[in-house]
Amino acid sequence: MRRLRTCFTGRVTAPPLSAPLNISFDYTRSLGPVLGPFMTGLRDRRVLGNRTADGRVHVPPLEYDPATHAPVTDLVEVRPTGTVTSWTWTDRPLDGQPLDRPFGWALIRLDGADTALLHAVDAGARERMHTGMRVRIRWASERTGHIRDIACFEPGADSADRAEAAGEPVTIMTTPIRLSYTHTTSEDESRYLRALAEGRLLGQRCPVCRKVYVPPRVCPADGVPTEEEVTVRDHGTVTTFCVVNVPFAGQRLDPPYVVAQILLDGADIPIPHLILGLPADRVRMGMRVAAVWRDPASWTTSPENIEHFRPTGEPDSPYESYQEHL
Amino acid sequence: MLAAVLGTGQTQHRTRRTDVSMAGLCREAIDRALIDAGVEWPQIDAVVVGKAPDLFEGVMMPELFLASSLGAVGRPLLRVHTAGSVGGATANVAATLVRAGVHRRVLAVAFEKQSESNAMWALSIQPPFTAPIGAGAGGYFAPHIRSYIRRSHAPGHIGALVAVKDRRNGALNPYAHLRQPEITLESVQASAMLWDPVRYDETCPSSDGACAMVIGDQAAAEASGRPVAWIRATAMRTEPTFFAGKDHVNPRAGFEAAQALWQAAGISDPLEEIDVAEIYVPFSWFEPMWLENLGFAEAGHGWKLVEAGETRIGGRLPVNPSGGVLCSNPIGASGMLRFAEAAMQVMGRAGEHQVEGARVALGHAYGGGSQFFQMWVVSSS
Repeated sequence: MRRLRTCFTGRVTAPPLSAPLNISFDYTRSLGPVLGPFMTGLRDRRVLGNRTADGRVHVPPLEYDPATHAPVTDLVEVRPTGTVTSWTWTDRPLDGQPLDRPFGWALIRLDGADTALLHAVDAGARERMHTGMRVRIRWASERTGHIRDIACFEPGADSADRAEAAGEPVTIMTTPIRLSYTHTTSEDESRYLRALAEGRLLGQRCPVCRKVYVPPRVCPADGVPTEEEVTVRDHGTVTTFCVVNVPFAGQRLDPPYVVAQILLDGADIPIPHLILGLPADRVRMGMRVAAVWRDPASWTTSPENIEHFRPTGEPDSPYESYQEHL
Repeated sequence: MLAAVLGTGQTQHRTRRTDVSMAGLCREAIDRALIDAGVEWPQIDAVVVGKAPDLFEGVMMPELFLASSLGAVGRPLLRVHTAGSVGGATANVAATLVRAGVHRRVLAVAFEKQSESNAMWALSIQPPFTAPIGAGAGGYFAPHIRSYIRRSHAPGHIGALVAVKDRRNGALNPYAHLRQPEITLESVQASAMLWDPVRYDETCPSSDGACAMVIGDQAAAEASGRPVAWIRATAMRTEPTFFAGKDHVNPRAGFEAAQALWQAAGISDPLEEIDVAEIYVPFSWFEPMWLENLGFAEAGHGWKLVEAGETRIGGRLPVNPSGGVLCSNPIGASGMLRFAEAAMQVMGRAGEHQVEGARVALGHAYGGGSQFFQMWVVSSS
């Protein structure tokens, strides 16, 4: 059920529109002279720490000594077995965690190391976890030179796994990052989008500077809400533009195409949009254009209801009429 | 209180520095800055680190995992973030900590490892309820360059002239990413039109790199056995990315920052009194635009300095003798490189690209959609 409520401007409004935003990228990590051998070691079922000037052995290794600031070059192999120094339990594992069943998060000091590393212990039940428990590495079946080559830890005092060199040194690691957001629009933007679904372009006027913002927003210059609703035309003037000839990551259209700043009649700030219907080299500053709407049956709360802008054939607007909006 | 740059350091900037981690990249610059400053680690009181958006490397708050490598254990560590201008802001924050008497010697470092990701992707993420009309970073600035050309009636080859100058200057800089001594006006004009009116050769590269500097107080500066760069004035200003009436060609925040900077530095005629300027020029046309915004020329006349060759080494106001952002663009570090190169000039340590007799220099950075502006004036005395 859609609940209506009153926002501070006194209008009765529906809840703000929201939608999922999922982004992801396979980032890389150049590992350098310390983390490279560490990841290479993991691939080969070998754990390398390193020794700082105070004699302590760090696992994972440190790139630079926190006390002397020198690069830490003294690599030391430690055992794949260790002792839990502290722990907690998770009943509901999340996506991307080492195990998909309840497990213990533990600080584990590997035999031969002076520092603890955080990892998952596949203990089966909370009752089997305790500080001081002995654990060993469960290696991933396929190892690539990545921190995930340690699948998790499991209870056990000894390890029968043999280290084996398996190829060239690892110098780069891939780290896929996935982010999932719920993107919620402001009440002003929601009103604008709902008007778009009805084929209207809605602006709002700032009570201080009297400028009309499309889409509506808190006035960025005066910092106050814009209140007075103003319907602007779907005709306007190209103030300036760019011909995009270059493909780039994340691009949604095939170049070449023209992205223009269009000052809609009745608005005081241009919106960016595509200009189609004439060769790119004939688009010009001051050209009069009109929105080309999609079939009304397909309209949603989206600026994509306007497919692009086309030239109207009217005489160009004089430069003086839009020079304050460049 | 007085403050001075005691020393600077920078990496070899490249498309990919796969030989070093992010920590290793920063330390390459830091270790060089400490040597240049003649300062040992125990003399450093605080560390300030700057970097552009975290999405560029996919590391949330990299200052957390970098703290020990940056020498911050047992010291205050501050992260600064003002988009592409962050390197300049980082230097200004470090300078302010010293001028306020909080610390005697502050290490400032800024970096970007663009090869771990793709900044164009990171800048092109499309939120719901928006139209898919992204044009990329160049596409954001190209329309404003078109506006500048229309407004100033600048001839079409001005952008190419800047590109030729900066790329040839970069050939004199051993750290520069792009070093193109053979580049010509004809070759720039023959390069592909990417975001009309911006051509390929008028566009900055994507670089891995870092820059660092040690800033000290008067006593630290006077104890230094080498020339230092005295920080005469700093200025920072901000404005919204978009507002009705925003002047993208001559942004008010940049203009007001410059006016405040000249006043604080006691400079009445910048063109006459500044010997060399390192200005943030990611697309060649921004050189004449910023010359006007900074007050080196009247509005609409900046291109005339370019056309007359006055911004070359040997001209009235050499601009970007290092090659500038057009030659090396590790985004987070690009602003600090401008500030460091200004300091190197007045310390007489700019090597092949030294401007003879440089005593007073400007370092400048901007970021966001012409939203953040950072600048400083340094001098030899």
